[in-house]
Amino acid sequence: MIFDEKVMEMLLEGIRDTLFMVLVSTAAGYALGLPLGILLAVSGKDGIHPRPVLYRIFDIITNILRSVPFLILLILVIPLTRAIIGRSYGPEATIVPLTLAAAPFIGRMVESSLKEVDHGVIEAAQSMGATDGQIIVKVLLGEARISLLIGVTISMGTVLGYSAMAGVIGGGGLGDIAIRYGYYRYDTQIMIITVVILVALVQVLQFIGMRLAARVDKRKK
Amino acid sequence: MAFLKADRLCKEFISDDGKISALSDISFEVEKGEIFGIIGLSGAGKSTLVRCINRLEEPTSGCVLFKDRSINGLSAKELRKERRKIGMIFQHFNLLMQRSVLDNVALPLEIAGAKRKEAREKAWEYLEAVGIPDKANAFPSQLSGGQKQRVAIARVLASDPELLLCDEATSALDPQTTRQILALLRDINKKYGITILIITHAMTVVQEICDRVAVLEGGRLMEMNTVKELFAHPRTKAAKRLLLIQEDDNEEKEAVL
Ligand SMILES: Nc1ncnc2c1ncn2[C@@H]1O[C@H](COP(=O)(O)OP(=O)(O)O)[C@@H](O)[C@H]1O
Ligand SMILES: [Mg+2]
Repeated sequence: MIFDEKVMEMLLEGIRDTLFMVLVSTAAGYALGLPLGILLAVSGKDGIHPRPVLYRIFDIITNILRSVPFLILLILVIPLTRAIIGRSYGPEATIVPLTLAAAPFIGRMVESSLKEVDHGVIEAAQSMGATDGQIIVKVLLGEARISLLIGVTISMGTVLGYSAMAGVIGGGGLGDIAIRYGYYRYDTQIMIITVVILVALVQVLQFIGMRLAARVDKRKK
Repeated sequence: MAFLKADRLCKEFISDDGKISALSDISFEVEKGEIFGIIGLSGAGKSTLVRCINRLEEPTSGCVLFKDRSINGLSAKELRKERRKIGMIFQHFNLLMQRSVLDNVALPLEIAGAKRKEAREKAWEYLEAVGIPDKANAFPSQLSGGQKQRVAIARVLASDPELLLCDEATSALDPQTTRQILALLRDINKKYGITILIITHAMTVVQEICDRVAVLEGGRLMEMNTVKELFAHPRTKAAKRLLLIQEDDNEEKEAVL
């Protein structure tokens, strides 16, 4: 009975919902995580504008958010999700906890990407009279773009994994299907298929991301 | 009325093993249009000194006067403006690896507020001035060391500086390329009237290009003189030592030949 029309339709819808959740949550995660990462990199000890207290505050907030297990976060933010989306289940609702889990993770990755930028290049820009803002935009983000792009790929993979976990509370997408069939109905076949699709999706995202990164890298050619 | 004046500069670094006095009581003056050298062995404090001039490093005490104006009294905004008149080139070139050669040269123009397109058009001129317009669309990773330093020089010319600081600008280059880059620096000095401050550990560099030279050892200025005089009559042990090292180098080279 595996590949009857209904199952196919359900799987396709699952793929669509999963991709929808991953893309929107990653984008929203970057809307929060990119400024956070820039702030951490700039205000840190070796940053272009060290601000120890500010750094410490955001450093701690980031660590706390990062250490909440996603399953707990899912449940913790239900009131917030209800307030924003109007309900606590389905793909749209899952975007809220996904974004909140992704943002600090993305912040850390952005921070580490920006910290990799050669200090000499930053000093060259400073010696030209660049402002901190110009250094961030023209030097840090520009020079770290490969590392940032790889970060996007890793983030999507992580968010995809989280999105599958959200199936536990009816979060929609492939994870939801896997849990409904595999866990509640003991239909291992469908569960295995969804897992295979999830793995394939991660692979495809990785592949696209890495290809893109290699293409825009000007360092070795 | 000196063009550039360092007045009793001191710099201490606090590290885990205590205080390091990198610069002690450094004073000297550089005249407009001059090529002034500061020579010293590794660890003498040369980089610290040159970085104090454009305040990449804050001196612990003392000050730098640029055209009779104290650099150290400037606000952050004023300092940024002043830095555009003080260019800097580095041992490791410090080019943006993800930008083309042309866009590297356009960077200071963008920083000064030019539109990207405008900046790129102007950047061409400077690439021509350093003799590598054909590399405009290449990326730094595709260039030789000498070509990279040419790009860095074009980039610095784009800010139309009055003073150029060179921190071991030829130390990563082979002798022949070094000579070419020094010739280019001399051209720039003549053609644009840019005053040049050269930091180096190599006497050959001083001999080739500088008008006057100061010897730095252990964070102190030991001796200052015209290059001719220093070579003919070194007064301090520090200067004699540097001259000896160079003779050894020359002998080695001759032995190889
Ligand atoms: N940021 C720093 N922190 C601590 N010590 C430093 C720092 N920068 C330089 N120094 C010390 O100051 C001295 C002079 O260094 P530097 O100016 O780099 O010498 P040079 O350029 O002549 O080789 C050295 O002893 C070096 O270890
Ligand atoms: Mg040095």
